[in-house]
Amino acid sequence: MSLHRDHDYGTPARVSEHWIDLTIDGLPVSVPEGTSVMRAAEEHGIRIPKLCATDSIEPFGSCRLCLVEIEGRRGYPASCTTLAEAGMEVRTQSSELMELRRNVMELYISDHPLDCLTCSANGNCELQDMAGVVGLREVRYGMQGANHFDAESARPKDTSNPYFTFDAAKCIVCSRCVRACEEVQGTYALTISGRGFESRVAAGQDEPFMTSECVSCGACVQACPTATLMEKSVIEMGQAEQSVVTTCAYCGVGCGFKAETKGNQVVRMVPWKDGQANHGHSCVKGRFAWGYATHPDRITTPMIRKSIQDPWQPVSWDEALSYAASEFKRIQAQYGRGAVGGITSSRCTNEETYLVQKLVRAAFGNNNVDTCARVCHSPTGYGLKQTLGESAGTQTFDSVLQADVVMVIGANPTDGHPVFGSQLKRRLREGARLIVVDPRGIDLVKSPHIRADYHLKLLPGTNVAILDALAHVVVTEGLVDETFVAERCEADSFAAWRDFVALPENSPESLEATIGVPAEQVRGAARLFAEAGNAAIYYGLGVTEHSQGSTAVMGIANLAMATGNIGRLGVGVNPLRGQNNVQGSCDMGSFPHELPGYRHVSDAATRTLFEGEWGVQIDPEPGLRIPNMFEAALDGSFKGLYCEGEDIVQSDPNTQHVQAALSAMECLVVQDIFLNETAKFAHVFLPGSSFLEKDGTFTNAERRISMVRKVMPPLGGKADWEVTVALANALGYPMDYGHPSEIMDEIARLTPTFHGVSYDRIEQLGSIQWPCNEAQPDGTPIMHVDAFVRGKGRFMVTRYIPTDERVNQRFPLLLTTGRILSQYNVGAQTRRTPNVEWHGEDRIELHPHDAEERGIREGDWVGVASRAGETVLRATITERVQPGVVYTTFHFPESGANVITTDNSDWATNCPEYKVTAVQVVQVDQPSEWQKRYRRFSKAQLDLLPRKGKREAV
Amino acid sequence: MDIQNLVKMANSIGGFFGAWPDRKQGRDEIASHLTRFWDPRMRAQIVAHVETTGGEGLDTIVVEAIRQLEAPPVVQPTA
Repeated sequence: MSLHRDHDYGTPARVSEHWIDLTIDGLPVSVPEGTSVMRAAEEHGIRIPKLCATDSIEPFGSCRLCLVEIEGRRGYPASCTTLAEAGMEVRTQSSELMELRRNVMELYISDHPLDCLTCSANGNCELQDMAGVVGLREVRYGMQGANHFDAESARPKDTSNPYFTFDAAKCIVCSRCVRACEEVQGTYALTISGRGFESRVAAGQDEPFMTSECVSCGACVQACPTATLMEKSVIEMGQAEQSVVTTCAYCGVGCGFKAETKGNQVVRMVPWKDGQANHGHSCVKGRFAWGYATHPDRITTPMIRKSIQDPWQPVSWDEALSYAASEFKRIQAQYGRGAVGGITSSRCTNEETYLVQKLVRAAFGNNNVDTCARVCHSPTGYGLKQTLGESAGTQTFDSVLQADVVMVIGANPTDGHPVFGSQLKRRLREGARLIVVDPRGIDLVKSPHIRADYHLKLLPGTNVAILDALAHVVVTEGLVDETFVAERCEADSFAAWRDFVALPENSPESLEATIGVPAEQVRGAARLFAEAGNAAIYYGLGVTEHSQGSTAVMGIANLAMATGNIGRLGVGVNPLRGQNNVQGSCDMGSFPHELPGYRHVSDAATRTLFEGEWGVQIDPEPGLRIPNMFEAALDGSFKGLYCEGEDIVQSDPNTQHVQAALSAMECLVVQDIFLNETAKFAHVFLPGSSFLEKDGTFTNAERRISMVRKVMPPLGGKADWEVTVALANALGYPMDYGHPSEIMDEIARLTPTFHGVSYDRIEQLGSIQWPCNEAQPDGTPIMHVDAFVRGKGRFMVTRYIPTDERVNQRFPLLLTTGRILSQYNVGAQTRRTPNVEWHGEDRIELHPHDAEERGIREGDWVGVASRAGETVLRATITERVQPGVVYTTFHFPESGANVITTDNSDWATNCPEYKVTAVQVVQVDQPSEWQKRYRRFSKAQLDLLPRKGKREAV
Repeated sequence: MDIQNLVKMANSIGGFFGAWPDRKQGRDEIASHLTRFWDPRMRAQIVAHVETTGGEGLDTIVVEAIRQLEAPPVVQPTA
């Protein structure tokens, strides 16, 4: 719990088969070839003073503080830019070096304010440390004369960014921030303007950080050795006193963070250098947008009510849980065992989702449990299980650093998965080629030093067609990896698939009009992909959230298998999971047809295993999926729902349908940190806990299980897992766990792919990528190395079937939806942070041509109508979208983005078709009828909340 | 549940497996998919729909697959 400071080795680690032997201060040392002298020394406990060097970026050699002496060489080379050589004899200390370093520091300090005692970096300032290390005792030049810090000379402090300040008066122009922005983040928002004494750091075109291209990832703040770039929270609260390593609760990258605290208060979140998913990098959400955890909107007292027209009544935990349990039991007695169910959340830990599905299966006695992966990556689970044999991505994130060609389909990594996006951009800057398949011009298509070789700007809803066309080229132009296919895949299914994709109707020319992409581009992209060497596919919800989502996932797997791009570094099928624990919630048996570890409920041997542990009989029939629950609620056969950490009213399609279904229920229990949109229809509210308030694990998109560690006590008094335990006990099904580690032990006992997982093992290894068992005791970074999990890879025939959602005269535009960097999912967390300064409302993007045709100008209010409903948003005119296509995000409930999305869904999994909705867009001057109703309803529900003081008094 | 929704869902399953070159295999896969992924009350309803209407609105291969289904268990009235 004490404050941990990362050791800085000065320059990045190198990997080499060749090792170099040298001596430093007489100590024999051995380092990989390519290692700097500075790092060689640091790795062996010899510290060399430094200012412009830090091990997250390449050496620069500007500060002249790290000078050393090397036997046989003239002068004093900088140790950061000098590589270790065999036989080298290095001296890091001598009277000459001491004098040189002291002189350098003297010059730095002569142009630096001497306000150390009141400086926000006091206690954590490298400049101050180095002044001490070199023994600076005086500044002979005095502090007068031209400088950058006194009242006349200092530039105004830039406080425009909500999370950090830029104080040029304290800048030593070491360029660490500029290089971090370039090398680590890849945004190139910062530069050094001017020369000599006029040199200074500038954002964008010498403008405030907030208006520049800066994406507020925090890499510059992290790299700054002084208080020049400083977190506002540190300025306000002072330096932290303790730190806890935990895992971010936002996207599926699952970055490791150090939560730095004072007592129970978080001072700042610092990306964990040893985090195996993020290697010390972060994005604006994980790094800065954690203030929601203590937002005044938090509800920390259990509440109940008979009807949603009644005021909420604050009650004790016991009373709330007893009431919920009695209602569930009443409903089951009256309407049948299958009349209740539960929903787990990808925002909750593995242990929590495991307990909710266990409660449903053991205490409710049915399989009516589902998770929000239903509406995002359920087609991934289905499609990859069918083809490869496991419902998971095949690689580590680091694998991308070995890729020669990267195909990104229906994903926007720089916004949705920013830390992976930065890693991908780094590889692209190193020369990897890029194919983007997306209806919209995402940032990756063209950004600093990156330009996609192909942007296949297809029409929404034609993913399967383009995958078939790509496969057609592979098969008909002799680009199949015949050896891989013969050794690793089923001969029969490959033959059927090959015959199918080779059909003339699957050629790029035949499908050109359907897809909307010139055939030659498709052919070029297919050749580039198949002939790459290492070709990797990364995909997101732009693939899965379609009526043929599962078909497209299988099409991706087909393409990877046919070209031999599975089973080693640099290749693979990589689903980019939307939320932090999508993979984990699926692994934990949250689907209504599967027990933990993706084993079907009809499998008697698996049921017997769980029945032995749980002491109950498990229903062998699949339960209801989320959309089926809504349908069943409307027909009167589903009456009670336990919904943990999920906002189905805002996130699921066809909002009015969802609202009608929830209104038809007799007992809706919502467990959440806020009164979300779903909770406004609830009868019982159980306070949830944020990721800072509990222990557990998250599993990211690369199957990496990482620890979530408690930083502060749960504000409501119970962690989410404790609430589920208490509810199960109230239902009469005993659960008895003292700590989440015991839940993980149970998961490991019952799940072959988790047999080797325990909290102790995760502590030892830092994190574990499942499968982790007797065969793979350290986990499995790359899957399907020698054989597919299912034995032989299975090709699937993937016929393109156009969606029913088609444009016509009434609805002539295609709406597709997505997300943005600063906001997360339904926005419940990020809307309650200063991230709203970047994105304070959802807007609809229109192509200038479509806008002009309708007389719509930038910022106009426009009505967006579909077959499902109508809403009103403001317009953004941009060529990012193609003519005929419009785009919006869904982060704000009042936007009603899902009022317009339809009930169409993936054929295999019922994953909603969020990505294709036929709409019309017209200029309007008032909110839609739905929005007016929403505002009235929402206000009425908020008015039914007890006053804050009364809630806390219970 | 709304039978039209169930018909639409069943036909979309049929759309995928109906493309398989081996029709019998495709039909078996449709039946298997319905058994493995549909809640019994949904299966019971679609089976009843085929029994009473002959499969109105359903594609032929889907009707054939549904006729292969074993009668789903009746959901117990009480917990």
